[in-house]
Amino acid sequence: MSSDSPAISYRQIIVDGLWAKNAITVQLLGLCPILAVSGSVVNGLGMGLATVFVLALSNATVSLARAQVPAEIRLPVFVMIIASATTCIEFIMQAYAFEMYQVLGIFIPLITTNCNVLGRAESFASKNPLLPSMVDGAMMGLGFLAVLVLLGGMRELLGAGTLFANMDLLFGPAAKDWVVHPFGDGYPGFLFAILPPGAFFFLGLIIAGKNLVDHHQKEREKARATPAVKTSRRVRTTG
Amino acid sequence: MTITRAMLRNGVILAVFAALTTAAVALLVWATSERVADNQRSAQVQALNAVMPASRYDNDLLADTATFTDPRLGDSKPRTVYRARQGGAPAGVVMDILAPEGYGGSIRLLVGVDAAGTVTGVRMVPPHPETPGLGDRIDIKKSDWILSFDGKSLAAPDDARWAVKKDGGDFDQFTGATITPRAVVTAVRDSLHWYRDNRDAVYAAPAP
Repeated sequence: MSSDSPAISYRQIIVDGLWAKNAITVQLLGLCPILAVSGSVVNGLGMGLATVFVLALSNATVSLARAQVPAEIRLPVFVMIIASATTCIEFIMQAYAFEMYQVLGIFIPLITTNCNVLGRAESFASKNPLLPSMVDGAMMGLGFLAVLVLLGGMRELLGAGTLFANMDLLFGPAAKDWVVHPFGDGYPGFLFAILPPGAFFFLGLIIAGKNLVDHHQKEREKARATPAVKTSRRVRTTG
Repeated sequence: MTITRAMLRNGVILAVFAALTTAAVALLVWATSERVADNQRSAQVQALNAVMPASRYDNDLLADTATFTDPRLGDSKPRTVYRARQGGAPAGVVMDILAPEGYGGSIRLLVGVDAAGTVTGVRMVPPHPETPGLGDRIDIKKSDWILSFDGKSLAAPDDARWAVKKDGGDFDQFTGATITPRAVVTAVRDSLHWYRDNRDAVYAAPAP
């Protein structure tokens, strides 16, 4: 395993990160930011992007340092690496995305304690070369981001009756007009969706949805594995 | 012996990593500090100009400050007052006050008044502790309510009218939330009282 090829293929890393081992829907890691900043699409996107960068950066550093770190002290070293990666991202945000920082500022340091980040350092980056570790960090981060944005979208849509509000915080003044009101201007709002219990509720729906898709997939594979009945008039749909 | 050596080795490795990670952060702070300070400054100026239009003064608001301690400014701690001057003459102040009786806790407000004591603007300073969807309409991003202070003074309306409509005053309450707007109206009124009683001292106090 000393060569630059990972123990598992890049394809597997990507599938794991985005779907099969998704940080939120499968591992249920990092629920703290999920509850705190999934009230709107823009907050979810901002927090998700910050997490992607922290994960890629910390995984890369951990991977580079893995040969030098004895097993007994690996956790404090990983935590130090993660904390400094998070602080770096925080300062970069303060310098280049200040408005977004004002919204998410107090949650950024929490990335340090996002179990997901330490989890990837321990279970992947400490055993794999640089490039696969970075890809793993980015993919796990993107999987996290996707759920955060989806959840933010659901809560914003039902809670406030808008989608993509305040995107200018992230993309500059031109994004001010991106906001849409699918239910019209008179939407009364749905407080439950905005408050933290709403985050739990909609997260539950997302996890259920993912499991449903997985279940269907499995059924279909099972059906494919058993030989087709001769008399069936099934139309062949795949090439 | 071997355990001492292992401890020593691990200690050194930990120290090296601590030094490296700290150095990385220090380097980045050094590289971005100017930009960050610029951003903070312009955000502050922007917040102040929302309640005190830039056309009304020509001094550096951020530099011309003084702190005052008075329960009418919100609590027993010193609160900052920014002093606006036009050609050296008093043009108004921006008071950084607290509305202590919010539904979820203290609400921080910037209250701008001109030299005569007429409100030039009020804004809530985020984050606020109020209920999303109910009390958060004090936020300019959520509703125009906070603009209803513009142009008001202790003379018009008179003191008794500085209350929400439910209490016989001039200011709208929100559906389902009376406590939040009541706290804000009371806090702004109290700060105007303080300004009226201390007007000369406010402009005379030395800047830090």
